[in-house]
Amino acid sequence: MSVNVTTAWKPLSRAQMAVRVAADIPDAWYVNLGIGIPTLVADHVPAEREVIFHSENGVVGMGPAPEPGRVDPWLINAGKQHITLRTGGSYVHHADSFAMIRGGHLDLCVLGAFQVAENGDIANWATSDNDTAPAVGGAMDLCVGVKRLWVVMEHTTKAGESRLVRKCSYPLTALGVVKRVYTNLAVLDVTSAGFEVAEMVPGLTLQDLQNVTDAPLKLAS
Amino acid sequence: MINRIVQTMADAMAGIGDGSTVLVGGFGAVGQPSALIDGLIEHGAKDLTIVSNNPGVGRVGLARLLELGRVRKIVCSFPRSSDPVVFEQLYREGKIELEIVPQGTMAERMRAAGAGIPAFFTATSVGTKLAMGKEIREFDGRTYVMEKALPGDVALVEAWQADRWGNLTYRASGRNFNPVMAMASKLTIVQSQHIVELGELDPEKIVTPGMFVDRVLHVPYGDPKPS
Repeated sequence: MSVNVTTAWKPLSRAQMAVRVAADIPDAWYVNLGIGIPTLVADHVPAEREVIFHSENGVVGMGPAPEPGRVDPWLINAGKQHITLRTGGSYVHHADSFAMIRGGHLDLCVLGAFQVAENGDIANWATSDNDTAPAVGGAMDLCVGVKRLWVVMEHTTKAGESRLVRKCSYPLTALGVVKRVYTNLAVLDVTSAGFEVAEMVPGLTLQDLQNVTDAPLKLAS
Repeated sequence: MINRIVQTMADAMAGIGDGSTVLVGGFGAVGQPSALIDGLIEHGAKDLTIVSNNPGVGRVGLARLLELGRVRKIVCSFPRSSDPVVFEQLYREGKIELEIVPQGTMAERMRAAGAGIPAFFTATSVGTKLAMGKEIREFDGRTYVMEKALPGDVALVEAWQADRWGNLTYRASGRNFNPVMAMASKLTIVQSQHIVELGELDPEKIVTPGMFVDRVLHVPYGDPKPS
């Protein structure tokens, strides 16, 4: 990133990004979280806010990780980590779990991504067309099936390349589906006119942000 | 009298032919019919097509079946499990065919097979390389891709409880693909942690009715290992 480290602003940490996403999830939504930073979001939704987390392997009402010594070996999430079931939770089989996803019954999915394009295209499952064995999992189902798709990701790659692009160069997961992007620098809405910046970390200017972003940006009116 | 309970692994595996399509339940290790996979290895059928969400871990179970060269093709959504050494090597050497299917499409293709539906349309994968070569149609202004049913010759299923009719319950997230695979196959073979008397299962809690089950073997396998 071509950024002067002496500037006044600081990018968000992964945990801070998760906190920021969690703040926008209202009571009573059904939500699926992808692996990586999205998984952290659940830890920042207060228990009194009844957000119901769905796991693609058939768990509705996923709770936090179990305390040591209280692991149920039969209860895992999509990332194959041990979880708990909150009061009121239920189990379904895979076809029903994906009917929930594909049938538009989930209010929100939060995924990580390699790239998001200004028209809402997302690339998050393979990094090149000759990837040895690409693994898609449930990403394509989630992208097209849920009521709204948000992406949380670092604004640039480690090499400093923008992840917010005019057109995805990596293999696509779905076309025109991303509604909102949370990065370590900004919150951006995907509109018919491209990316609109809704929020930036304190001290960052639109020009600073544009300097590290491939796609053209404008401030939300 | 209906009695779907078999006493030996050999009876459970009897008749599985070379070239069969075998649907294997489980999501990671949870709900995976590990004993039946070992039984299939012992049975010796080859030139198999395996349908399973993951291609096996380490060098045991499914990975062992692959390593022995018994599998021609694998259909899965996520070939990157925690330790897919055997699969990756065979794939790199061109010794196994891979069909990547989005997870929901995979589940629905089997559900469709079980429900007598030869094909269906879904928005999943539209505009991606997984839709290449498939029929595309518009319904009410949205674009969909046609996916065909995915029937099995054989399903290997893990249940929590079973009775002699083959009625099944599952445990927590061990349910996963097992019920749809049971309904999608000509021959459904179950390993069950517990066998109970007919009438002991609460009818409200039976997830897979015995209609979808052919053979049940009692395998008190214990808890799934973390994967």
